[in-house]
Amino acid sequence: MHEVDMTRCLLQALEDWRDQHSIQPCVEQVHLLVGEFTCVEPSQLRLSFAAAVQDTWLAGARLSIVSVPLVGECLACGNSYRPDPACGYASPCCGHPLETILSGRELKIQRIDYSRSRICGPPAPANPCGPPTPSSPAPSPCICPSATP
Amino acid sequence: MHMSVSDTMNINLLAVNDQQARHNRSHFDAWGLFCINVMSSPGAGKTILLEHTLRALHGAHAMAVLEGDMTTQLDAQRLAGLGVPVVPITTGRACHLDAAMVSTGLQLLRQQCDPASLDLLWVENVGNLVCPAEFAVGEHCKLALLSVTEGDDKPLKYPVMFREADCVLITKVDLLPHVPADLGRIGRHVRQINPHCGVFPVSALTGAGLGDWLAWLAQRLRANGRQRHPPRRASGLKPPSPTAT
Ligand SMILES: Nc1nc2c(ncn2[C@@H]2O[C@H](COP(=O)(O)OP(=O)(O)O)[C@@H](O)[C@H]2O)c(=O)[nH]1
Ligand SMILES: [Mg+2]
Ligand SMILES: [Zn+2]
Repeated sequence: MHEVDMTRCLLQALEDWRDQHSIQPCVEQVHLLVGEFTCVEPSQLRLSFAAAVQDTWLAGARLSIVSVPLVGECLACGNSYRPDPACGYASPCCGHPLETILSGRELKIQRIDYSRSRICGPPAPANPCGPPTPSSPAPSPCICPSATP
Repeated sequence: MHMSVSDTMNINLLAVNDQQARHNRSHFDAWGLFCINVMSSPGAGKTILLEHTLRALHGAHAMAVLEGDMTTQLDAQRLAGLGVPVVPITTGRACHLDAAMVSTGLQLLRQQCDPASLDLLWVENVGNLVCPAEFAVGEHCKLALLSVTEGDDKPLKYPVMFREADCVLITKVDLLPHVPADLGRIGRHVRQINPHCGVFPVSALTGAGLGDWLAWLAQRLRANGRQRHPPRRASGLKPPSPTAT
């Protein structure tokens, strides 16, 4: 169930965003773009988001997922086309392989709707559903500070 | 009454992982270490391929393995005999490695050796054809394995994995006489999704095709300018002699 890990990444990104505000924003809706040509199942993502935000600063936040179709461009004739996985991914016009993907690989946090004047739930621990980590939202400890270019 | 406002984000959903992956990558580059992420469904032959590849490249490259698919002690023993550092990564119940897990593995690796003395790092991912494709770990190259016993349609069923791969190995071709698989069809299915990746049929049992894979890898390393450890053996990249198993 990788949607759980995706949700964890999403929550971390939302926390990073929250920490840029002086007053905790009250998130109403998070808008995602999810391409068809990704391994994300929107319904699974919705479920795990709903479960993860309970009793956290994001309680009540809704997830809006706009699905983006897979569109390829046939490099033989320039047509754009929507592959039918049942028939394969080559272009139906010329049988050219799927080379250029015009859309469908999106996994994007597009927009956050929130209010500043409403009282929300209490701040959650830094990583509400993740494994126990230090409370700092910084990435895991540096492997080798001196080696960083 | 309250007023809603909107912040436009336009960031990747996996931005947190991507950031850690870039961080890992900056270390790899500082160390002069080329990292290969090996992915497949469970049992497609990742560990055996690593055994053969490590044996073949012995002396030509200084290598280490981050093992994210350590199901049994047996896997550890198989790799330990090859004289390279092998670091098991605990994944819990995760169905893929993420960049933070690999970062943790790198810290363990540093306790065994100086990563700057290595030039090739193998990461054996969790056996899964779905999500490892989406979670970058900082690798320079993604290798996907598909065994002939899994069905010709698998590239079409798990297209993201085969799209993301830089090289696809069709494994266990010694079994072709026994399974209803069509090598040509599997290759065409991969090519439909990813016309430019390397596609090589191989068998770890007979050694067939392993030379093609090693030649592809050598070419890839040359293109990336990773030849800091010149082959010490005259035939550093020769296919492994078919070893008894
Ligand atoms: N016949 C045959 N069996 C293989 C080949 N490669 C791997 N296997 C077998 O497939 C099983 C899984 O291999 P392993 O390397 O552990 O796969 P992993 O789970 O992807 O690491 C083992 O029993 C291997 O002996 C091959 O080329 N031919
Ligand atoms: Mg294995
Ligand atoms: Zn066309």
